[in-house]
Amino acid sequence: MNPEIRQLFAQGDPAPAAIDAFFAAARFPLVDPRGATFVYRGAADAVLLRLWISGLPAAQPLERLGATDVWALHMELPENSRVEYKFDVVRGGASEWITDPLNPVKATDPFGANSVCQGHGYRRPQWTQFDPLARAGSIEELWIASREFGAPRRVRAYVPARFRRTRRYPLLIVHDGDDYLRFAELKVVLDNLIHRLELPPLVAALTQSPDRLVEYAGDLRHARHLAHEVLPAFGKRFSLRDEPAARVLMGASFGAVAALHAAWSHPGVFGRLLLESGSFAFSDIGQHRRTPVFDPVVRFVNEFRRAPGECAQRIYLSCGIYESLIYENRSLVPLLAGRGLQVRFEEARDGHNWENWRDRLQAGLTWLLPGPLWMVYE
Amino acid sequence: MRAITLLGPQFREPNLAPVLAELGLEGALVSITAGWQEREGEIDELAAHVGRDVTDLALYARTEDIFARDRQLFDSYRARQERLRAMQDLYRLQLEHARSAVRDVWNYGADPAIARPARRSALGLMRRLDREHALAIERVHEEFDRDTGSGGRTEIARHREQLAGLIRPSTAVLIAGGHVAILINRMRLLGLADLIANKPVLAWSAGAMAISERVVLFHDSPPQGAGIAELFEQGLGLVTGVLPFPHAQTRLHLHDSAHVSILARRFAPAHCLTLDHGSALSFADGRLARAANSWRLTRDGTLAEAAPT
Repeated sequence: MNPEIRQLFAQGDPAPAAIDAFFAAARFPLVDPRGATFVYRGAADAVLLRLWISGLPAAQPLERLGATDVWALHMELPENSRVEYKFDVVRGGASEWITDPLNPVKATDPFGANSVCQGHGYRRPQWTQFDPLARAGSIEELWIASREFGAPRRVRAYVPARFRRTRRYPLLIVHDGDDYLRFAELKVVLDNLIHRLELPPLVAALTQSPDRLVEYAGDLRHARHLAHEVLPAFGKRFSLRDEPAARVLMGASFGAVAALHAAWSHPGVFGRLLLESGSFAFSDIGQHRRTPVFDPVVRFVNEFRRAPGECAQRIYLSCGIYESLIYENRSLVPLLAGRGLQVRFEEARDGHNWENWRDRLQAGLTWLLPGPLWMVYE
Repeated sequence: MRAITLLGPQFREPNLAPVLAELGLEGALVSITAGWQEREGEIDELAAHVGRDVTDLALYARTEDIFARDRQLFDSYRARQERLRAMQDLYRLQLEHARSAVRDVWNYGADPAIARPARRSALGLMRRLDREHALAIERVHEEFDRDTGSGGRTEIARHREQLAGLIRPSTAVLIAGGHVAILINRMRLLGLADLIANKPVLAWSAGAMAISERVVLFHDSPPQGAGIAELFEQGLGLVTGVLPFPHAQTRLHLHDSAHVSILARRFAPAHCLTLDHGSALSFADGRLARAANSWRLTRDGTLAEAAPT
């Protein structure tokens, strides 16, 4: 238990005024170098901590402290951890999942919002936050005819500040591009890293599949869509560099599978891959244990693992160590490195979520597309 | 007496106009913005800031034109650049080890009397690498000039004549920042040092680096790589005795006294001076005469206000 709350209850149940004063002064969850204490205050029959850490129970009960309405649970949390969670408050047999009312730090994703526990040592990187000095790029919308999917597809384009037709730009193709913009601050990150000269000015194609669990799961239509439809459309609209080393495919989760699959099925087209928490499920023998939606993923990843080919020259992989996918991602590293590819792998004390993917962007992007930082002094 | 002024970055909070006024430089200006590459010559903001017409010398475009017309020169130039690149890589490899030795020796907690010779010796190796690299670069440039006869080539001579015509009636030359390698290479190819001789010069960021004696690339916390400052080129040498560090507040760990001390000792006798927003270093006859909002990195690891040498 956190020493401050232990102290509060050291002499038995404190007076309500003392509890009020403690709650008014403290920041929740209570974080110390050894871990975090999650605290809920209110009438309930039970309160459960719901979090998504592979290896830990999905629900852990908070303990009611004395006869008060204060509930608490201490959890060991290594340095620099970042954990998303909710409270499951049970009253009269009904269960309600809520964000932590005492914690203003929240993360959003396509399913709503979670509370965030920023463990001891974690700091949100400065380059993920809006910088008024950074020149802002713009977002355009393109409609790209698609024979593969039988209907035009909307793809947003990130265009860097000070874009000039006379210059040729690298292209970053992003899976779940709208989600990266909304939940991982991709535009802010690109603006900042370009402004800081850590990335060269680049154009990004922000794709967003209407059926990602199918199209991102090793679907050749999607791979051909990127290589034969998105790439030429962007080449026509913007002036792009023409070599594989200036084409980056990027994605998270199923989006990483789609990126790897598109590069693998079109060797020599995409030279750089940024793969975050890839859902690289496979089966060495027998059946996989994931849901049926993974069937085509496993078929592709098994095939890929047998014959990785020259899928790209340089690959950045990252995964949270609190994810169930850590094993699959770790096991990909020696496989790729053994093929002579340049591979960089980063693990974070984080989960399968957008802020984890946001926090890895600097390391990944600046390695794949180094900026002119060393040479430019404006 | 020729006035040369080195300024910090001019983005957002420029101090060029007040410095021009202070120097009493009225009249037409010419600019060198080759470091901006494809944005060369987009000087509307610059002209608005100084409140008068500015003519850009278009060195980037002129060099492209020269290379398009003189393929032999272009091939020689490209071969030179490839050679310099390889030399830089080899120098950098050695520098990483030398820098690591310096850091380890500095962090070794021995009695200062015992540590001093080891520090001197470790740093001496870095200085030797810098010195030898500088000499090797100088030889490559001499060889290039000799083999290509660059100064006398028709296309270069044609552009130099045009440049002389533009520079002659101007009151001062402005040299903007940007890509330092591109800037210095194009200025050198077109022989700008001679063409702007006797003209007042105001140069900022990469421009300031380019007209000093040596160009040192630096960033203490790049997202990739070790971030070891490296000697990159000979500068044009319009000012002497100083090594400018633009954007020092963001690029250098100025609070790290060991690091500051190592930089100051490594590049001595040149004075390492910061150039941030609002900085202005005025030189008379090539020597620092006046300094504002600039700090000198000292041997003891502190920052001292920059002062005339």
